[in-house]
Order: sequence, then structure tokens, then C-alpha cells
Amino acid sequence: MENVEEVKELLVVSASPHIRAKKNTSVAMRVVIGALVPAFVYATYLFGARVLIITVLSILSAVGFEALMQKMLGRKITVTDGSAVLTGLLLAFNLPPGVPWWIPVAGSGFAIVFAKQLFGGLGYNFINPALAGRAFLMASWPSLMTKAWLAPVGGTLSGIDGITAATPLSLLKNPQNYGDPQIIISRLNDFDAMRNAFFGNIGGCIGETSVLLLLLGGLFLLFLKIVDYRIIVGYLGSFALLAWLLPTEGSVLFHLFSGGLILGAFFMATDWVTSPVTTKGRWVFGIGCGVITMIIRVWGGYPEGVSYSILLMNVFTPLIDRATRERVFGQMPKKGVKK
Amino acid sequence: MFSRFAGGVHPREDKDTSGAAIEVMAAPKKVYVPFSQHTGKPAKPCIKKGDEVKIGMKIGEPDGLISAAVHASISGKVVDIVDHPHPVIGLSLCCVIEGDGTEDWVSNLQSDLNIEGLSKRQLLDAITQAGIVGLGGAAFPSHVKLSPPKGKDIDTLIINGCECEPILTADHRLMMEQSEAVIEGAKIFQKILGAASLIFGIEDNKNDAIQLFRNRGVRVLQLKTKYPQGAEKQLIKAILKREVPRGGLPMDVGCVVHNVGTCQAAFMAVKFRKPLIDRIVTVAGDGVRENKNVLVRIGTPVRDVIDFCGGYTGKPKKIVSGGPMMGIAQYADDVPVIKGTSGILVWNEITTVDPGSCVRCASCVDACPMGLMPTEIYGLVSNKKFDMAKEYGVLDCIECGCCAYVCPSAIPLVHYFKYGKNEVWRMSKK
Repeated sequence: MENVEEVKELLVVSASPHIRAKKNTSVAMRVVIGALVPAFVYATYLFGARVLIITVLSILSAVGFEALMQKMLGRKITVTDGSAVLTGLLLAFNLPPGVPWWIPVAGSGFAIVFAKQLFGGLGYNFINPALAGRAFLMASWPSLMTKAWLAPVGGTLSGIDGITAATPLSLLKNPQNYGDPQIIISRLNDFDAMRNAFFGNIGGCIGETSVLLLLLGGLFLLFLKIVDYRIIVGYLGSFALLAWLLPTEGSVLFHLFSGGLILGAFFMATDWVTSPVTTKGRWVFGIGCGVITMIIRVWGGYPEGVSYSILLMNVFTPLIDRATRERVFGQMPKKGVKK
Repeated sequence: MFSRFAGGVHPREDKDTSGAAIEVMAAPKKVYVPFSQHTGKPAKPCIKKGDEVKIGMKIGEPDGLISAAVHASISGKVVDIVDHPHPVIGLSLCCVIEGDGTEDWVSNLQSDLNIEGLSKRQLLDAITQAGIVGLGGAAFPSHVKLSPPKGKDIDTLIINGCECEPILTADHRLMMEQSEAVIEGAKIFQKILGAASLIFGIEDNKNDAIQLFRNRGVRVLQLKTKYPQGAEKQLIKAILKREVPRGGLPMDVGCVVHNVGTCQAAFMAVKFRKPLIDRIVTVAGDGVRENKNVLVRIGTPVRDVIDFCGGYTGKPKKIVSGGPMMGIAQYADDVPVIKGTSGILVWNEITTVDPGSCVRCASCVDACPMGLMPTEIYGLVSNKKFDMAKEYGVLDCIECGCCAYVCPSAIPLVHYFKYGKNEVWRMSKK
């Protein structure tokens, strides 16, 4: 009682609740990065040391541009939150392993400066920065972005013996360029090709080859509830359904295992900032991604559609949120429109 | 077996005091009894400075329809009627009583009545006279809840023994030690309401209480331990699968919910004519030497209760009146314990985090038991778009704190919603 005044000065007054869950943004970012590490290590083994150089360049430039922009815009420098590292890592994952060194730098620069910081930084970007960076690179240097493939160690780019020059998806798109279309298609769908795609003994972008390692990382995030199951199930489910329904030569399994689908569905479509917050909205978002990806693969000009489908759905996110508001507890169903 | 409500969170329970018997704290030297301890209008003082009072003497008359009587909790002299720090509303008119050291009760109290023959009217009257309010925290005058308007038939009375707030064990201990009084009180409520069924809802982390009540022959629903299971609307949903309509009351779906503590207090009021002058408080936290449940006189300064529990262990950083999820942080330790005070938490170690920007992770949307979109409402309130915030349901917010609990950016969402609600009310008054 003699120290009442002292006590008064010390007490912290804040709004309830007074306890908080352990999850926080920078920890979540680090966990996502951790979940990508197996695929990264494997890619380094698969394509050699240049993967390491490209990825490090991508990450360093993403962090550098973030710090630079925040300094210039007078914002607090928050590079330690891990979001720029993740953007850099994901961008590198979306690059062919044979690109020149300045490509990741240019891509990260666009991702951080234009897609993220100019819109207000973390939380305010309306499209996934890494995918925006990739789209920018695809539009600016299409030949570098679509031809700089490398064959993996001890395998071929296509995962099929004797065919070395194309990824499975470009083979599927234009089989006539590489030999007898019928033989190629049947070999694309056979067990060996599936096994090669699942374990990652094929070519492709740096981070997308091993379905197994990406699934492990993705399921880990799902288990920790860092990513939302609705987006993933909606994406993969609608995608698989369309792969079965639409006229395509690839089997459902072939489509699920090829290209960047698993990477996109688990790690990029689920990006917190650019996906809807409503429960129904997350289903709509996932299904939309699946439908657009498959439409691009079947009828589009590109062999692969994951990144554009996610970018497109990113743009729709505010609309989806508005159209799929949560039902408030105790809200009675609306009566039919009276005429 | 039982239904559920959507959303909610699972904080660490930390109910370390659940095994310790309730300890009775002797009357303090001085009490500060606020005239406003309940939802509604403050009571009107009916004593003046210098008056001698005995325990249980009425010092405040209910003022208007939604109000409750207030009684002296110690015997002594009214030394002042003055504004004093209040744990909920900041400052309130209090009756300051200096004790004379005796335990003298007002006469006509402490008789052991035969309550079988009492009519509904007489029962309700006894409860009103005793100043009984909801002891779960909201402190809504009980007699109002027990007098539904004509046309609102009540078929079910739910007794809330969830105590879903982490750390708190006051209700649990009460159920274990005074089950008879709780059940009798519940039956009094049931008689007044004319409700056909009486159901106790208890969370499955209190299996001993569930067993005890079942053995005593009342119907108990074992509920999943999930916060906020004890919130009125969520509890009704979980037990009866009924949803209280937006802006409505439980009576709109034919039920009334009362807390176990309120039942016990009502029983004491009817049986012994004992007004509400004390309550059980869980005292916990690393800042207080002994964590335990204490029976405390209403109006006792928090500091005295802490002294009773062995005093501070160091320099406290935060003192909370209530539970960790919905309790109110205090700016001084001379605030009194009031009818709604379920806990006193004292912490030396707290972590304060600077809020980051919203990353739209939707954790809050998933956690909200009211189906709201906290992130959207937060954006609207912080941009002062109160009309839009109202449309998005800010008034439906029950301030349970689930959203802020899960927010990875540590945004004080509840703070924004309290502010938003006030602004919406202010606008509608104009």
C-alpha cells in the first residue's frame, strides 16, 4: 500500500483478450520457407549449383528491393518478417534453371517494387508478388523463360527415355514436333513417366519438379493450418474433374503431376494476402483456379496455366469476398423477392 | 449427443486452481460498493453519509425497469458517497463503508424459510430484493430475465456451467462444493419461468462436476471444451440447436440462460433472504503469491484480495478483472470487486507486440463464433466507415476476443469493435 503510486505507473492497460495464440506472421512465413526447403535442396541436386546461385540472387534482390523501397517510402523496414525472402524463393521456384543471372534480379525487382511496395506493402498487394514477377518476365523475355530448361541429373527433361528437348507439358501440347504423336502421348501417360514426375526425375522450373517433396511440405502446412484446405481441395478437385471431362490426351494423373500445379495449389494459391477471407469465397477461389488452369492447358496458347490462373483469381478476390459474405449468427434466410 | 457452434478457439486452459477449495476472506476494513454493478441504470442511493449500516442492508434502490438493488457487504459506517475507480466503467458513484469489525446482519435475515409454498410472485420478489444479477460476467439483473413479456413462452431453462474462460475456476468450485444450492436455485428459476425442461451445460474438462450433477438427478449435457462455449447464444445453439435471431434475445427462441453462480445466489436469497453481498473470485497469475478461489465481499478493493492471497510476488505489469479472454485491464489496484467480477488476474510477465498490418489470413473469420468478418469490420472501423461497419454486423460482435486471440499480426480487433459499436450507437441516437 505504500507503493500504490508506483504500481499505478506500471500497469499496462490494453483491450481484451489478454492472451494470444502463438501463430504470428513472421513465424508462419518461416514455416512456409521451411516447407519449401526439401524441394529446393532436391532442385540443387537435380540441376546443379546454378540453382543455388539463381535462388540466392532472387532472394537477396527481393530483400534488397524491399528494404530500398521501404527506406524510400519512409516506411518501417520489415525485411526480417520473411515475406520478401518467401517472394524471392517462390519466384526462383518458378524460373527455368537455365536462365541468365539477371533474370531473377529483374523478376524480384518487379515483384517487390511494383506488385508489393507500390500498393502499400505486405497485406495490401492485390496479386501474388512472385507470380507477378514471373508474369513480367514471361512478357518481357519469353524466349528465355520458355527455353532455358535443363535436363535433370541422370534423366531427361521429359522424363521419357529418348526424348530430351521438351517438358512433359510442351510434349503434350505439340507432340507432332517431337516424333510420332501417338507413341509420345502413350509414353507420357505410362507408369514410368508418372513415377518420374512424382519423384521429380523430370525437367521443369526449379521448384516444381518433385511432386512428392512439394506434397510433403504442403501437407505439413495444411497440418499446421497455415494454408487453407478449401483452396487446395477446390483447386485440385475441380482441376482433376476437368482433366477427366475435357478433351485432353493427358491422363488425370499426368495433369496432376506435371507442371507447377502442386507448387501452385499448396504454396501460391493459398497466399493469405491475395486469396479470399470468406469460407465460401475460398472454395470459389480454389475452383476458379482449377478451371482456368485446365482451360489454359487444353485450349490456351501456353502449355501451362497455373500462374496465370492464380493471378487472374487474385484479381477477382475482392469481388469474391463481397459476393460471398459470411452468414451472421442468427441471420434469418432472406425471403424470396416479392414482385 | 450434442450439437456445436461454428468458430471458436482452444486457448490453453491453465485451470490450476480447480482442485483447491474456496477460501473465505474475512470482511475488509473498508469497502467501496458501486451503485452501478449491473447492466442498466445504476441503483439510487438510499442511505447518506454518516449512516450506520449492517451487513445486508439495502443501500441502493433499483432505478427503473432494468436495474438492481445494492446492499452493504460489511457492517459499519458510511463514510462517503463518492466517485471511485470501477473495474468496468472506469469511474462510478460508490458507497464507502468503514467496517466496525462486527459481523452484524440486518435483522429479518438468516431465517431458514420453507420455500416449498412460495408463489412465483414471492420467489421473484425475493430475488429482486436481494439484488441478484447474472454472475457470469455481464451482470444482467436476474429478475428481468425471469420476467419474460407475455407471448414469450419459455420451454427450456439452461444453466450455464461452462466456465469457458481459461484460468477461471470459480464456477467449477462452486458446482463441486455447493451443488445442492445450485440445483435448488435452478429449480426456483424453473418454477418462476414455468419452463418444462431444465438442462445444465457443462464443458467436458469438468467431468467431476458433470458426474456430481448427474448423480443428483438433474439433466446435464456434456459440452466440448471450446471457447466461447459459455457465451449465451453459442450455448443455446450447442444445446438446443436453436439460433437466437440477430438483435434478439434467448427468450425469442423459448429459452433463458442463467449461470450456476446466479442459481446459488438466488437460492440463498430465497431460502435465507440473503442479499448478494459476496461472490467467489478466482485469483491467479504469476504476479500473486497464492493462486486460489476466494469468497470475497462485494466492494472489497482488489489490492486487499491480493494481500489475502499472499500479496504481490513482484511488480505487477497487468491486473485484469475477469478472465483472460474478456476481462478488463485495470489502471489501479484499488478498484473494488463487484457482482460481476469472476476473476482477478495479476501478471508480472506480459508480452506486448506492436500490431502489424492485416495480411488477410482469414484466421479471424474462421474463429468468429458469430459468423462475422473481423478483418473487414476492422478495416471499416479504422477508416471510420461506421455505417458500413454496422451493415457488416459490428453490433453482432459479442467481444469474445477469438479474433484478436488468433490474429497473427496482433491487431487489437476487439478494441476497434468496441469503438465501432460506440460510434454506431452514437450515430443512431442523433
